[in-house]
Amino acid sequence: MSELNSALEHPTYNYKVVRQFTVMTVVWGIVGMLVGVLIAAQLAWPALNFDLPWLSFGRLRPLHTNAVIFAFGGSALFATSYYVVQRTCQVRLISDKLAAITFWGWQLVILSAAITLPLGITSGKEYAELQWPIDILITVVWVLYAIVFFGTIAKRKADHIYVANWFFGAFIIAVAILHIINSLAMPIALNSFTAYSVYAGTVDAMVQWWYGHNAVGFFLTAGFLGMMYYFVPKQAGRPVYSYRLSIVHFWALVAVYIWAGPHHLHYTALPDWAQSLGMVMSLILLAPSWGGMINGMMTLSGAWHKLRTDPILRFLVVSLSFYGMSTFEGPMMSIKTVNSLSHYTDWTIGHVHSGALGWVAMISIGAMYHLIPILFGRERMYSTSLINAHFWMSTIGTVLYITSMWVNGILQGLMWRAYNQDGTLTYSFVESVAASYPGYVVRVMGGAIFFLGMLLMAYNLYMTSRKDVEPQAAPAVASAA
Amino acid sequence: MASFWSYWIIILTTVTIVGISWILFANRKREQQSTDKTTGHVYDGIEELDNPLPAWWFYMFVITIVWGIGYLIVYPGMGNFAGAIGWTQVGQYDKEVAAAEEKYRDMRDRYLALSVEEIAVDPAVRKMGMRLFANNCAQCHGADAGGAYGFPNLHDDDWIYGGDAATIKATLVNGRQAVMPAWGSIIGDEGIADVTQYVLSLNGRDVDTGKAAAGETVFQTYCVACHGPDGTGNPALGAPNLTNGVWLYGGSAEQIAQTLRSGRNGMMPAFKDTLSEDKIHILTAYVYGLSRQ
Repeated sequence: MSELNSALEHPTYNYKVVRQFTVMTVVWGIVGMLVGVLIAAQLAWPALNFDLPWLSFGRLRPLHTNAVIFAFGGSALFATSYYVVQRTCQVRLISDKLAAITFWGWQLVILSAAITLPLGITSGKEYAELQWPIDILITVVWVLYAIVFFGTIAKRKADHIYVANWFFGAFIIAVAILHIINSLAMPIALNSFTAYSVYAGTVDAMVQWWYGHNAVGFFLTAGFLGMMYYFVPKQAGRPVYSYRLSIVHFWALVAVYIWAGPHHLHYTALPDWAQSLGMVMSLILLAPSWGGMINGMMTLSGAWHKLRTDPILRFLVVSLSFYGMSTFEGPMMSIKTVNSLSHYTDWTIGHVHSGALGWVAMISIGAMYHLIPILFGRERMYSTSLINAHFWMSTIGTVLYITSMWVNGILQGLMWRAYNQDGTLTYSFVESVAASYPGYVVRVMGGAIFFLGMLLMAYNLYMTSRKDVEPQAAPAVASAA
Repeated sequence: MASFWSYWIIILTTVTIVGISWILFANRKREQQSTDKTTGHVYDGIEELDNPLPAWWFYMFVITIVWGIGYLIVYPGMGNFAGAIGWTQVGQYDKEVAAAEEKYRDMRDRYLALSVEEIAVDPAVRKMGMRLFANNCAQCHGADAGGAYGFPNLHDDDWIYGGDAATIKATLVNGRQAVMPAWGSIIGDEGIADVTQYVLSLNGRDVDTGKAAAGETVFQTYCVACHGPDGTGNPALGAPNLTNGVWLYGGSAEQIAQTLRSGRNGMMPAFKDTLSEDKIHILTAYVYGLSRQ
């Protein structure tokens, strides 16, 4: 295994598990996004469910969310955390066998999801739809993951623990707690997938959204900030901007995020005090969230010129911009007055995707383009211009997606609350659905463009992996448009 | 909430807010100059600079914390503490509803004082009725009130329960629970086939006359009680007229046989708890006017 990015002496690292997870990141990205494009198209043209129960929106929507969050995002987090923890601790993973079990175990979880969800086997809890036998499997794999990760940190050769590992560590611990507590359920029989949650009513809703929002906070934010803290300075070749900023924003982020869940339940049966606390903590979360963006962006000081030639760095920087934008939008949407307009509309979907496509997917894609040549012992990716094309497709796709959902969301929110002089509602619900049609079509286009970019990535990965193909000559200056 | 849990919430909230404030101020560096000095740590070639917290970010953080504390003083949040202004979401809702009541009272009273028949021709009432219908009735009866399979057409002047103003209003207020019993096990397959032919013959359709004659005998035994000897139905029981070619569940031989064999359960929900008296009055006038335009 050739090693090009570090002049430091190091033991041989376990790159096999990193490579496996990296390849599966691309594979599951394609699968998850394809399902996303299909269900987006179903909202515009409902006939596309072909009257088949397992192709219906209600079953494929959880398949899409599970595939992109846990299969695509999860594989990216496994790959990068295993890579980063070895590189920054200067030791090999403590156990190749355990690492391999986490890889195959996680793939088994994904496969189980891909079978059970279209069959309609679901707990009905958003982002936690998988039923109890799969939940137990997830728990086992996750505990082994924690053992490998923290075991490797314990064995480290460096004195200190690098900030990326703080975030990966927080992500691993918090996700374990969230998953176990939210999934507690009593199976109706040992030979049945069906189980009843131990929580009921409003408490169930609160536990669910405590889980749901922290799936965003710890899985999709803390984990990917860990990724950011390694790949941005590495790709830019610059020191991290501020060590003390990383301390403040790390502790504030993990302390405050865990409170934010109640903002999903504004103006419901949830008691007023819980709604207020959720809203206050969500607003305080703005600065801790932006701390990561600032640290990433400012790390580029003195390296901004590299953006002209390095599309990988462009992926990383633009992902930070989307991160900053969605972590500003989130606190704003948690304000009750704003929420009363935005809640239950497509604005929420747009917000999620500005984080999911713009931040999570783009930082992962950037990190994968950094990793793939190293993992396959190549000097660079097969084609830099294909990375550049992928970058523009991702950016344009994301922008089309989120702007169409902003327009739809505000349109729906305003139509639902509009009333006439005589006190009657101006519009019926179905009129707001009809008015949303153009936005749904634009969303399909945006999602499809993003998805097609992933196909370029798969081709580029395949060509880079082939020993008999030389990388194309890098263009002197990659076109900016 | 028990006072233990109230204190639990207050203490956890306070510890969190004090904790993040402490870590923010403890890591503030006096000198605000940016620096090239690193912490001395190197991880896989990555170094960390010892730059101060950006001032604008620091102040933004402070402002959100101060604002948060202020919000928790004014609004409920700290356990059982109700907040300085005593706001509740239920209180806000009641206030907004009361304001709307106040605003529309005159108009409401004016229409309530008039009869359904009188306001049914008022264009302003028809417009209001149409909007109310779109949001409350169109889901089943269709935006044009044309009905659908299992849901009656409201402008064909064929009424299952009666089309006078008082009856329409009663239907809206209390809803209707229609029951056509299942006859399959009582009259058998042959009885079903015979009665089907008879019911079709009542509508002047081409039928097997022998079967229809046999069906008439069965009809006069079992169906007559609700649908009447001539099959024209009985609005008091919600038994439809079977002779006018209007079919709620389809008029093909197969569909009629299905209705006979397995029965039907129609459900019109009661709106008395959903819509106020004046809205039901206006909707009644709208529906009343649909078949009389």
